Amino acid sequence: MTSSNDFQWRRDRDGLGVWEHRGKVAVAGYGHSPVDRRWDEKNLDTSLGAYTIMACEKAMEQAGVTIDQVDGIVCCDSHIAGASGGTASQWAPRPYFDPPYDSEYGLTLINAQWLIDTMGFKNVKFAPTGVPTIGEMVGMASQAVGDGVCSTCLVIYPTGNMEGRYRRGGENADDYARGARQWTVPWGNHGGNDFINIFPHRQYLTKYGGEHEDLVHFVRNQHKNGMLTPWGYNATHNVQPISVEDYIGSRPILNPLRIWDCDRPVNASAAYLFTTAERAQDMKSQPVYVLNHSQHNFRFRTTQPDLDEVEMWTDRQAARMYEGAGLGPADVDIFNPYDGYSIMTQFFLEGFQWHGVKRGEALSFYAGDISVKGPHPFSSSGGNLGNGRTRTAMYTDSIEQLRGTAGDRQVNVRAETALCAFTTPSSGGWLMLGKHPS
Amino acid sequence: MPKIIPVPDELSQPFWDAVNEQRLILQNCTACDKLQYPPQASCQACGSADGLEWTDVEGNGHIAAYIVIEDGRLNRRMLDQPYNLALVTLDQDPTVNFYSNLPGVPAYEVPVGAAVEVTFEEVAPGQLIHEWRVVE
Repeated sequence: MTSSNDFQWRRDRDGLGVWEHRGKVAVAGYGHSPVDRRWDEKNLDTSLGAYTIMACEKAMEQAGVTIDQVDGIVCCDSHIAGASGGTASQWAPRPYFDPPYDSEYGLTLINAQWLIDTMGFKNVKFAPTGVPTIGEMVGMASQAVGDGVCSTCLVIYPTGNMEGRYRRGGENADDYARGARQWTVPWGNHGGNDFINIFPHRQYLTKYGGEHEDLVHFVRNQHKNGMLTPWGYNATHNVQPISVEDYIGSRPILNPLRIWDCDRPVNASAAYLFTTAERAQDMKSQPVYVLNHSQHNFRFRTTQPDLDEVEMWTDRQAARMYEGAGLGPADVDIFNPYDGYSIMTQFFLEGFQWHGVKRGEALSFYAGDISVKGPHPFSSSGGNLGNGRTRTAMYTDSIEQLRGTAGDRQVNVRAETALCAFTTPSSGGWLMLGKHPS
Repeated sequence: MPKIIPVPDELSQPFWDAVNEQRLILQNCTACDKLQYPPQASCQACGSADGLEWTDVEGNGHIAAYIVIEDGRLNRRMLDQPYNLALVTLDQDPTVNFYSNLPGVPAYEVPVGAAVEVTFEEVAPGQLIHEWRVVE
């Protein structure tokens, strides 16, 4: 049964105190599909629907949960190409295929109802519609489990991509700018995290010093960590880390932003199984515990966020997360912030002051030893720059590091707490995980 | 290539009407004396919805930063690439900012920190947009 997304689950205000369900919710399993560059629009075994089913089955298998035990499905029902992809959400080839691939659902979009119908879930009582992206979905599921809305909840994030049409259609092909776009598009800003962050990034370099090219150390490290992530795009397609020369000579996009500052759109899906800490004790794999979740959606005060605004926003994100988890910067072992564009990650690193990094210090921190085997294993997941635009590597790596199952990426430092996110400086969410419930 | 054409809505119609008369007007909140752009239904600073009124502003600003769009996604601007996209702060209230392509300034030759003044550019018959030019 599909229920509406109408319960109060967000922790999106300052000063909320320690999360009431701290340590009482756990992640007991995860599953990834293969990560392809694009779907070929022919093979249904590699469609977004097939990959999402595969990810769900893997997550349930890892947790030792049967399909009848699942009573919650939180699935983002918007492909990440967004409203500018192709002709909005009508992206799949026509005519459609035989059921269950007889609409956009299963091909370019996935929602809870399609999964219920296709996979045969019988006992789902929480399947909200209008679900946000994974940065907030994990918080929604955590709160739902903590509140008892459901007890065994799959969180699913599909990311679709097909040939040649990524965000080049829809409103980006329009001669007119409507709604909020009337204030940006006439001058060339079509929106997105790249535009949000590139101006603050330039102001950052002016204020604190350094060159854009100093980001190469971070980008290369993401690529290296990606090659240590067996399921990711880079590892499965042998995308070797770029050289400094490759980076400096690479194609400009929004100069100084280069192609290697941007993650690679992919066709993939991932699923996570959230449950109560109590139930997780009897499940098949080692659980990790949710110590806090938080969300934010800060309003722009004018057309373009500037550095002051971005720093204020990320300071507030950090304060909310640390307060809700009852932890501080020195307590965080694993730190996997969002890196979809390399130019934004320093704002999170400095806002959360991970390993003592203060405002203006990120570029010199990147130039030090941030490898997974070193003393400062920053973004051990490899993120999206190292694995493709799945937006899930940050979560999976955090779980694996706490379990001690990260393989060649396993850090040498303590790994008992992990912060992970898909978020921009203005909107998204954070998740704090712990090896122990307290 | 021509720029993309803004479509006024109920909230923005007074702004674009003024632009078409080559005037720059912004919302001003009488409750907290704060200028606001883009227009909103309520004041971003204090939340007041009743205190917003349109006011003419002096079209003077400075270039805070810029990028060069080399590979954007807007079909209508593809042939313009590469082109400057500058961030202009308003002198009357530097927390208010605008975008500008800085007409007449070659790509990559943007004088960051320079003074600019508002100008107006036709993007469709009868429809102007506000632009900014460097003050010599």
